[in-house]
Amino acid sequence: MSKFEFPPSIKSRPVWGTLEPRPGKHHLMIAEAEGAEAILEIATPDLMAKTHLIFIAKGTDYGPKLEALNPMQFRETPTYGSAVQRIERVLSDAAMGLQLYLTGTEGMMGQVMQAAVTAGIPHTAIQTEHRGSVARRMQCVHCKGITEDVEMDPFQCSHCGLNLFVRDHYSRRIAAYQGVCIDAEDPGNVPAPKGIYE
Amino acid sequence: MTIQFNDETFREDYSFKNSPWAIKRFPFPFDKDDYMYSVNMEPHRGGREGSVFQNRFDVDEHYVSEMRDRALVLDNDPLRCQSLPHMTLAGWDLLELIMVAKSEDYPDLFELHRDGNRWRWVNKPMGIDDTFTFLDEATLPYGPMEYITRQAQGDWAVLDQRDDNLWMDAGMITTQADWSLDFDIGMNFFEWHAPVPLAHEKGIFVRALKFLLNIQQGAPARRLNWTMTVNPLLDTSPENYHKWGIQKTTLTPENIGAKQHLRVELQTFYRLPRSNAMVFPIRCYLCAFQDLMTVPKWGRRLHRVIRDLPEELATYKGFIDNRPMMIDYLSQFDDGLPTSPGIWPDLDTEPQLQK
Repeated sequence: MSKFEFPPSIKSRPVWGTLEPRPGKHHLMIAEAEGAEAILEIATPDLMAKTHLIFIAKGTDYGPKLEALNPMQFRETPTYGSAVQRIERVLSDAAMGLQLYLTGTEGMMGQVMQAAVTAGIPHTAIQTEHRGSVARRMQCVHCKGITEDVEMDPFQCSHCGLNLFVRDHYSRRIAAYQGVCIDAEDPGNVPAPKGIYE
Repeated sequence: MTIQFNDETFREDYSFKNSPWAIKRFPFPFDKDDYMYSVNMEPHRGGREGSVFQNRFDVDEHYVSEMRDRALVLDNDPLRCQSLPHMTLAGWDLLELIMVAKSEDYPDLFELHRDGNRWRWVNKPMGIDDTFTFLDEATLPYGPMEYITRQAQGDWAVLDQRDDNLWMDAGMITTQADWSLDFDIGMNFFEWHAPVPLAHEKGIFVRALKFLLNIQQGAPARRLNWTMTVNPLLDTSPENYHKWGIQKTTLTPENIGAKQHLRVELQTFYRLPRSNAMVFPIRCYLCAFQDLMTVPKWGRRLHRVIRDLPEELATYKGFIDNRPMMIDYLSQFDDGLPTSPGIWPDLDTEPQLQK
């Protein structure tokens, strides 16, 4: 229900997987909104006893269900912005062999992947699974400002106000897709926005 | 040979122009009457005397003005020049490569005097005479890559090689055909080429990467690429597209010959000695349609290439809306006669326009 099959795309676009429990002494799970369902599907008492679980609720009420899994450490935060300092701290303290599980929107997973790679977590220790909103984190190529949770194409840059179309070109370093002015050659001619995958 | 440097602009009043010398040596990119992507790589070991292929890094009449334009771009947007922390050594490799090549190929314009690590660099056209310590960043006003590429025409992508791939980890990019270094930095070869249509399906990038990974020191390679630009605008960046995109709509049947430019990139590939990185210089040459039409062979051929180009490519290269007007203009210079193979103008052997 919360899973979405992304259409085939270009080679810079990230491809997300499906979480599975892995062996190891240390596990960090970060779930955002409907991502909670992916955690509930893989959780076992043994795994959760070795897991630090951070849940970014974004207005959903999965918190009590996740807490009932009895993770070694549990933290619920309302937004990614209120979780990011904790995530960076946990990543910088990570023990060798830490297994990282990310599930939620592309914007959250992209940002944590970037933070994890910066902290020296090997790529092979990171699993991802997309759940919930298919909104994108977009960078305006003109003003460089980032607009979170973009669902419609085209959309208006939340920083400079230009009308941008949503490209599939994706930067892992910025953890964002690229937005480019749609009416540069015909100012004011902006098509009616529709859902990105409609 | 002494080069007379033009005093010209690539913005606002667009006073850029090519002399008859520059037109004749323009790297026309079509070796036959149609075009499709190919790896089209060849060794970069000189070329015809006076051609843009003759020297390692071609210097022409636009040099000084192009460097002035680059400085303006960087003042406005310093993110056009970036280098990830592990790329500094590659920057020194590049500085050495350019200084050695320029001083050997153009001894009347550039001098390099080396005494151990104490180097003196003289750039006469730009009025620079600097002494510094090789591999000591504190002795230069910029990082080594930025320092030398502020004095070398064309864009410079510096690629790290690891995991059997090339990574866009540094660059000086101010004369680009609509791609963003700031967005693409850190990407691998397939990722930064992701938006290019058709070529992935044809296996072009897999073959090209395989070729590039095997380039050895002292054995550089080259290829030509091309697109279209209205007005001689070097900085066709995505960053500024909302400002320059509108210029594409200013073409008319009357001004197209002067305003529409064929934009050709001479791309070369060098292995760097200490870092094992690759440098990928992308040198941009612009030529107005009306100047190209002074070469009868190029007039005939450009018409046929543009007329028959697949729609996806005309769209990707950003001239699909103007293509009908281009074809109308170019058809006046195509009399249907056959053309000689190869890119050269062949002015002495090809017939004059028969209409």
